[in-house]
Amino acid sequence: MVQQISRRVFLKGGMAAAAGVAAASIPGTEALAGPDERKQLATLIDISKCIGCEGCVEACSEVNADNYPDPQKPFPKMVPDRVPVEDWSEKRDVTDRLTPYNWLFIQHADVEINGQEKELTIPRRCMHCVNPPCVKLCPWGAAQQQENGISRIDSDLCLGGSKCKKVCPWDIPQRQTGTGLYLDIMPSMAGNGVMYKCDRCYDRVADGELPACIEACPEDVQTIGPREEIIKKAHALAKEINGYIYGETENGGTNTIYVSPVPFEELNQAIDKGKGKPHLKPVEDTMAQANNLAAAMLIAPVAGIAAAVGKYFKRSKTVSKGA
Amino acid sequence: MNQNLANPRVTSLPVRWTYLTTTFFLVLTGFGQMPIFKRYYIADIPGLGWLAEFFVTHYIHYLGAVVLLALAAYLLTDYLMSKRNSRRMTASGWVRMGLLAGMLASGGLLVIRNLAGTNFLPEFIIFMDVTHLGLVMVFLFVSLYCLIFKKHWTTGR
Repeated sequence: MVQQISRRVFLKGGMAAAAGVAAASIPGTEALAGPDERKQLATLIDISKCIGCEGCVEACSEVNADNYPDPQKPFPKMVPDRVPVEDWSEKRDVTDRLTPYNWLFIQHADVEINGQEKELTIPRRCMHCVNPPCVKLCPWGAAQQQENGISRIDSDLCLGGSKCKKVCPWDIPQRQTGTGLYLDIMPSMAGNGVMYKCDRCYDRVADGELPACIEACPEDVQTIGPREEIIKKAHALAKEINGYIYGETENGGTNTIYVSPVPFEELNQAIDKGKGKPHLKPVEDTMAQANNLAAAMLIAPVAGIAAAVGKYFKRSKTVSKGA
Repeated sequence: MNQNLANPRVTSLPVRWTYLTTTFFLVLTGFGQMPIFKRYYIADIPGLGWLAEFFVTHYIHYLGAVVLLALAAYLLTDYLMSKRNSRRMTASGWVRMGLLAGMLASGGLLVIRNLAGTNFLPEFIIFMDVTHLGLVMVFLFVSLYCLIFKKHWTTGR
């Protein structure tokens, strides 16, 4: 209880500070500062504690019941025909993978620990990357990242183009056709519904509450706090159990840090992967390559000016020689 | 100098081709940021599959921006140092320069947005996205008009 209260107090204070900064900030002023690991909240998931009871899955489903899509049928005819209709509205009870109606599920892995066969269970949802490609590359601004590191998709703005899913290293966002803004624009020609994923209970967090999955967990599998502290805790835990960390550096760093008693290569081989079932492979920073060019954009005008000045003096020299 | 006055195109052929090629790829990869090339079979055309790869189009768009920034700085400096006394900007030149400046500014803000640790307000990001796209559309129509009616950037004083 004491831990619960202190976390709530922290969250309230943190959110108030974040809201103040957001309200006072002028776009661009903090741009080159890099991620602030004190403002971004991360979660630590201790895989060895998870018993796979799905309490978190149920809690997620309960608090998000009003956020799930209620698509209009029949769906608009898609042009061209090959645009896939993705309908999960008749399969709302599916809990063994990510769907628009299930933003968190439990992955199972049969592994060997100290010579003993054991089944590990892993809560899987959006990793909430420090620099999320789903947010940064959304062409419409529907995917957004909050100052506290939560990335979420605004279902009132999303057109369901699924670009966020394609650029997500874990293919997390899931589409439901027949709902959202595209129905009011050109439903056959552009868009295809809305993308859904975990928003880490951003509204609850803003009110100083814990995300539902964390609050409901009977085993305290998850801990939430400033990323800097969570990383320290993850390293301490990994050291204590002689374990392994996932999420600290994946895709340039995420705000979901897993600690496992077995290597993640082993876990990745043991889990069922595929559509709606993300892997646990190493992931390079997908935004890094293009962002490295940002420095070149600062240098480019200088190079252009230097070339023009050089040309001017070369020409002046030629003219004066000719004279 | 007289030759320059007679010929409204005072930039060299390599510079013109660099400008045309860069803007072509910037527009192409810019539209490629929307998931349309795969949907509408463009990426199915042999050799154009890369248009459906968002990280590839994103990277090429950034490369194009680097070249365009260098070119814009070069042409502006060259004009101010060498051509200002003999040539003046036409009305269509001013319009295109304004549109390009707007595109570079809004694009620059979107580049900053993409850096880790940047948190612009969502409404501002949507405004920037729409502004960037809107300026490109206007720029395309203005450029088409200038091409058809042979409007040049500068003319002799």
